[in-house]
Parts: sequence; structure tokens; C-alpha cells
Amino acid sequence: MIQLLSIVSTVCLTVIAVSTLFLLYRAIKGPSNPDRAVALDTIGVNLMAITGILAIKLKTTFFNDVILLIGILAFIGTVALAKFLEKGVIIERSRD
Amino acid sequence: MLHLAVLAPFLAAVLIPFFYKALRKIHTGWFVLPVPLLLFLFLSTYFKDVWRGVHNVYTLDWIPSLGINFSLYIDGLSLFFALLITGIGTLVVLYSIYYLHITEKLGHFYVYLLLFMGAMLGVVLSDNLFILYTFWELTSISSFLLIGYWYYREGSKYGALKSMLITVFGGLSMLGGFLLLYTVTGTPSIREIIERSDLVLNDTAFPWILILILLGAFTKSAQFPFHTWLPDAMEAPTPVSAFLHSATMVKAGLYLVARLSLLFAGNDLFFILVTGFGLLTLCWGSYMAVRQTDLKAILAYSTISQLGMIMAMLGFGTGVAILAAVFHILNHATFKGSLFMVAGIVDHETGTRDIRRLGGLFTFMPITATLAFFGTFSMAGFPLPIFNGFLSKEMFFESSRHFEHASPLVETVAPVLPVLAVLGSIFTFVYSVMLFFRTFAGKQRDTLEKKPHEAPFGMLVSPLILVSLIVIIALLPNFFNERLLAPAVAAINGEHFESHIKFWHGWGNPALYMSLIVLAVGTFLYLIRTKWESFYQILPGKLSAAKSYDAIVNGIFKGSTSLTRAYMTGSIRSYMAYILVFFIILISVTMTVTDGFAMSLEDLAPLAVPEFSIAVIMAAAAIGTVLMKNRIAAILVLGIVGYGLSLLFVFFRAPDLALTQLIVETVTVALFLLCFYHLPDLKKEYQSARKKVVNLVISVSVGVIVTLVAISSHSTKLFEPISDYFIENSYELGGGDNIVNVILVDFRGLDTMLEILVLGLAAIGIYSMIKLKGKKGENE
Repeated sequence: MIQLLSIVSTVCLTVIAVSTLFLLYRAIKGPSNPDRAVALDTIGVNLMAITGILAIKLKTTFFNDVILLIGILAFIGTVALAKFLEKGVIIERSRD
Repeated sequence: MLHLAVLAPFLAAVLIPFFYKALRKIHTGWFVLPVPLLLFLFLSTYFKDVWRGVHNVYTLDWIPSLGINFSLYIDGLSLFFALLITGIGTLVVLYSIYYLHITEKLGHFYVYLLLFMGAMLGVVLSDNLFILYTFWELTSISSFLLIGYWYYREGSKYGALKSMLITVFGGLSMLGGFLLLYTVTGTPSIREIIERSDLVLNDTAFPWILILILLGAFTKSAQFPFHTWLPDAMEAPTPVSAFLHSATMVKAGLYLVARLSLLFAGNDLFFILVTGFGLLTLCWGSYMAVRQTDLKAILAYSTISQLGMIMAMLGFGTGVAILAAVFHILNHATFKGSLFMVAGIVDHETGTRDIRRLGGLFTFMPITATLAFFGTFSMAGFPLPIFNGFLSKEMFFESSRHFEHASPLVETVAPVLPVLAVLGSIFTFVYSVMLFFRTFAGKQRDTLEKKPHEAPFGMLVSPLILVSLIVIIALLPNFFNERLLAPAVAAINGEHFESHIKFWHGWGNPALYMSLIVLAVGTFLYLIRTKWESFYQILPGKLSAAKSYDAIVNGIFKGSTSLTRAYMTGSIRSYMAYILVFFIILISVTMTVTDGFAMSLEDLAPLAVPEFSIAVIMAAAAIGTVLMKNRIAAILVLGIVGYGLSLLFVFFRAPDLALTQLIVETVTVALFLLCFYHLPDLKKEYQSARKKVVNLVISVSVGVIVTLVAISSHSTKLFEPISDYFIENSYELGGGDNIVNVILVDFRGLDTMLEILVLGLAAIGIYSMIKLKGKKGENE
């Protein structure tokens, strides 16, 4: 059982790593900046996955914070990026 | 008491501005006059001691731990010079009272003059090398101030700077020589050094000691090729020229050579340098003097040549030569001082010093002309018993023919020396005669601005006293010899030298014939001078010392400017390139030399596929960042590197680092986005291929070097890590399971505090940069 878990997690890690490589290709090549933004967002999700699998492999619970944090940051980052790409500013000034 | 005497001029210099401000109606010079006069009288009281052979040493502690004490020593030589300084000083102050108008900045003038006088007294009375050097530089500085007295004139500034540069160059060399001397002998006291002369003469550094010290003496005494500052120093007021540039400061170098000649005496190198440069200076100075048309320039070159003559005599080193040298120092001070004052009077009363515009002044200024007559003919060494210059010049000829310590070298050059001596003296004769006849004889020109008339009596007093001294010394040479010169000669020579100065040596004396040759050839050359004046187009031509000085100074300015321009490009890229190149060279050379590139493959962790793929992703992203054409894209791809790094932290079991890295990376990306909105698009920069290759080479080598260093540092473990201690004690001592956090806030809390400070400062800095906008153009 443990053996199986180890094999599965290694396979998953490898697949996600390869997927990240493809995402990297998109991020570097990506004809437009929104392409890159999406690639980066997805890389963030991949990171969450990798961290989760690693936590299983290393048999630890210390990485759970990291997973949550990546989730929040990837969201914030993508929103900021999207706002920047759309309006050119991230924090708008108050109008008064 | 002697210390007070040396310091008295400085104290007086402090008080002078008060007198100048408070008593405007009275010429400030009258308050200064008593200082040198009293000093002269006070120093005269040391005669008794000096005659009896008692040499007084007075010491005042200054820096005892370094052996630098204010110790003064008075023997025949110091007393001779001290009397010269104070005596001529008194006359010069008296003369300056009538020469400088009350509307000039007299306060400045007398402060500088007193400063100089005190410094000069310090030079000649010091027994400590370093005190001597201190006073030596003070004379340079005060001379600089005095030459630049009329600071609004371009010539004064140029002359002052030139003399400063040359004499300070020499002074610093001399300090080097002194330091060597101090290291070799272990004492800064000149008397003790002379006692240990064997140590110095046998030391390997001896040539350096000699050359460095002589460099100081030669620059100060305007020896060839350092003489070039002296003619330019003639921009100073005439009393200054008379005092500093004829009678005292330029003799400081002679004093130094005389003072140390006991130490170097009999050494071949000393003989070659001092005699060689002395004779060269004598001939060149007198040759150049004939060419000048300005009275003071003639006198300046004449001073140079006379100093060369004295220097040559000091190099001869025989008893009679040293007596002649000391005697000529005295004679030169009298006649050259009086001649400068005469030149000042002519300038003052006619408005010009150009001998082409002067002439026939005898009828208007009979007294001045008479004074000039005695001065010039004494300078020429005219053979009459009323000119003291003749006596010393004949002794010079005499001494150039006899050398006691016969080394092979001295014997080879010996025949040339009298010839050079006569040659120099012939030109001396020519310019002296020219100086007198072209100024005072002949026809009166109408081009003068003022109608010439006799100078006021007060102005004539000082040259009158000096001229009477010329005659008195000439008539009673032995009176001065026994009282003044003999102790000085004894101090230079180490032993008492019995001598008797005679005017008439009888027919068999070769020196007499040499004088007659000088007289005959000199008269002949003067009469046909228009025929050979074209020689001057050829010889000084481009090779004059003044031109080489200008070339050197301008060359240094230009050279350093272009050097600075070459590497201070103002571009951060170049500076970065310098830093990195030096980093590469330093590290690689050090590591190669110390054999530090150790590679060991033990103790390596196994590498799994996921880690490897993350590394590949990061590397690809890093390379991608460099190649991006768009700012946003570049920063996004850079973000991947940051996230990859946090993932590596996860792989290597560092959750705290991973958390922090994630947040920081996100914030950084956001900040970059904030900045980029305000920036123009990333422009394609056209860099030359060579530059690109250079940058590539530099960056690749930095990467390689750092990698190598990292590998080799991992391969060598010199000691056990201290992490075990933290692992064991983090709960027991720190009360926490998270070792990283316990280290951050407990074991090494100070670092954390200062990092917080850094963050706080950065925040304050950013806030103030945004909020505090100076008015436009204010901070640009």
C-alpha cells in the first residue's frame, strides 16, 4: 500500500512537472500578456498540487500553510495582473 | 629663551592684524621693525658661547613618544644664518615701510613676512630633523603667500603656484630622506646622526638618503633644473624678493647641505651631485641672466648662478672651499639684497624695470646709482679691495683647484672644474656690467611715465647699510672671518680651519690670473654683446626649464583628465563591469594559487526527477527573462523563477522560507507592475556585437566562478556545523518547536531586529521620496 502511494505520487509529480514545463513554454512564448497571466495562474495551481503531493511523500503536515498561501497569492496575483492589463493601474485613487 | 626667540615672530604675526586695524594712520611696518631688530641683538649675545666653542642645546618636549622634540641647537653655522635672517630682515622691514604704500593690505604682508621669518629661524636653529622639516614647509607656505601677495595679478598666481609645487615637491622628497635617515640611525637629532655617520654611509639605502635630501636642498635653493620657480617668484613685492629670494629662503638648501656635509663629507656621490649641479647651475644661471631685460629677472638668474657657485663650493668640501662658501653667502646676502632694493627704487621712481627703457639715470639718481655700482661690481667680482665679492670669488677660484681627499674620480674631473668656474664667472661679469651700465649710464629715454628723481631717504637707508657692509667686509675681511665665519666653518667642517683672507696673494697666484681672465673676456664680451646675442635663440630655445615645467604640469593635468575620462564613464554598466571583472580575476587567481578548487563527490544527496524538472523550469525561465522584449512579460517570467525557488524550498523541507518567498515574490511582482506603468516600453538597444560578447563573457564567467566556489565550498568541510546545538536546545532553551523561528527571535534575535530596522528605513525612504518633492530644479 505504502509502495503504491509512493509510486503514484512520483508519477503525479512528474506529470505535473511536465505540465509546468509546457506552461512555462506558454509563459515565455505567449503571444500576448494575458496568455502569460493565465499561464502563471495555472503554474500557481500546479505549485499547490506539487506541494500537496510532496507533503504526502514527506509525510508531513507543515506544508499545508504553504498550499493555502499559494492559493490566496495566486488569486491575488492574477486579479492584480488582470486589473493592470485592463486598466493599467492596480490600486485606483479615490475620486474625492 | 631661544625657543621664545624662534616663536617670537609667530606671536608678533598674531598681534599684527590688531595693530593694523587699530592704528590705521601709522604704517604697520613700524610695529614689525622691533621684532627682527631685537632678535638680532638677542642672537648676538650667543657670540661669546660660540667663540668659546660652547654649543647650546635647548629642548622642549613636543611629541616625546615619537622622539620629536622641539630642540634647538646653536653653533657657528646656525648663528651665522640666524644673524643673516634677522639682520637682513630688519633692513627689509625698514625698506618695505617706504616701499609699500599705506593703502596696500599691510596687515597681510607683515603677517606673512613674520611667519616666514620665524619659520626660517626655526629651519636654521632646529636640531631635530622633523622640526626642521616642519619649519621648512612653513617657509614654503609663507613664501607662496608672499609671492601671491598681489593675488589679483595673473603672474603672481602663476609664480606662487609654481614655487609652491616645486619647493613642496622637494620638501616631501626631503621628508622621505629624513625618514630613511631616522630609520637607519634611530635618532632624529642631527648632531647624533652626524656622530653615527658610519652607519649611514655603509647602509644600502645611502644613495636614496642622499638623493632625496639633496632634492629638497636643490629645489629650495633653485639649483638646475629646479631653478625655474625663482624668476617667476619675482612677481612678489621687491622687499620680499630681496629678503626671501636672495638672502634667506633660497639659502635654506645651502644651509641643509652645509649642515649635513659632515655626514656625507668625502663621499664621491655627494661630491658629484653637489659640485656637478652647483657648477651647472652657476653656468646656466649666469648665461641666462645676460639674456633678461627685466632688472629683477636678471637678479633672479644671478641669484640662481651665485647659489650654484656656493653649492659647488660646499661640494668641494675642503676647508678653504667651505670658508669661501660661507663667506660668499654673507657677501651675496649683502650685495644681492642691496641690488634688489636698488631695483625696487628704480621701479618705484621710474615706473618700469625694463632695461631697454631705462638709461642715463645717474644724473637723476646719483645715490641709487652709487649703491648699484658697489652692488654690481661686488657681484661681478671686480678686483678692487672695496668689493667683498672679489675676495670670495677669488677664494672660489682658489678652492676649485685643490682637493684634499683625492679619489680617482675627483682627480679625473678636477681639471674641468676651474674652467667651468671661470666660464660661469665671465657671464656673471657680463650681466653685472650690463645691469649697471644699461640702467644708469647712456642716454635718458623719454618713454618713462614719471619724471625720474631720487628716492626718499628712508628707502635708501637699507641699501646704504648693505653697501657699507660690502665695503667694510671687503676692507676688514679678517675681522668678520674670525668672529663670524670661522665658527661657521668649524661647524660645517667639524674642525677649526685656520685661515687668513688676503686681498693680495702675490703674482704667483693662479686665482689672480683667473680673475684677470674673467675681467678681460667679460669686458670683451660685453662690448660685442650684440654680435652673439643670437645664440640665445638656439640654446634655451625649447629646452628651457620653464617650458619643461609647463609641459609637465599641463601634461599631468591633461593626462589625469583623460585617464579619469577613460574609466569614469558615468555609466553604471561600465562600473558594474569593472566590479565583476575584478571579482572574477580576484577569486579565480586566489583560488588557483591557493589550490582551493576542491571537488569531492562524496556526501551528495540523490537527485530525483521532480527536483530536476523544477531546476530545468527555473533555468528556462531565467534564460527566457533575459530574452524578453516586453517588460511585463519579463517580470512575469521572472515570477516563475521566484515561484520555482519557493518550490525548491518546499523540496528541501523549509516551509517558513517557502511561505516568505511566495509572499515576497508576489509583492515584488505587484511592485514591478506598479513601476512599469510609468515607464516607456522596453526599447531595443543597439549594442555592438563586441559589447554583447564582452557582457556575455563576463556574465558567464561570473556564473562559472560562483558555481565553482559553491561546489568547492561544499566539498571542504573544515568543522562540524553548529545546527545540532539548535536542534537539541530549541525547545529546552527557546521554548519552541519551530527551530527556524526560535533562531530568528531568540538565539539570533539581534539580526532580526536590525532587519526590521532596514524594512522600516526602506518604508520611510519610500514615503519621503514620494511625498517630499522639492521645488523643480532645486535638487537637480
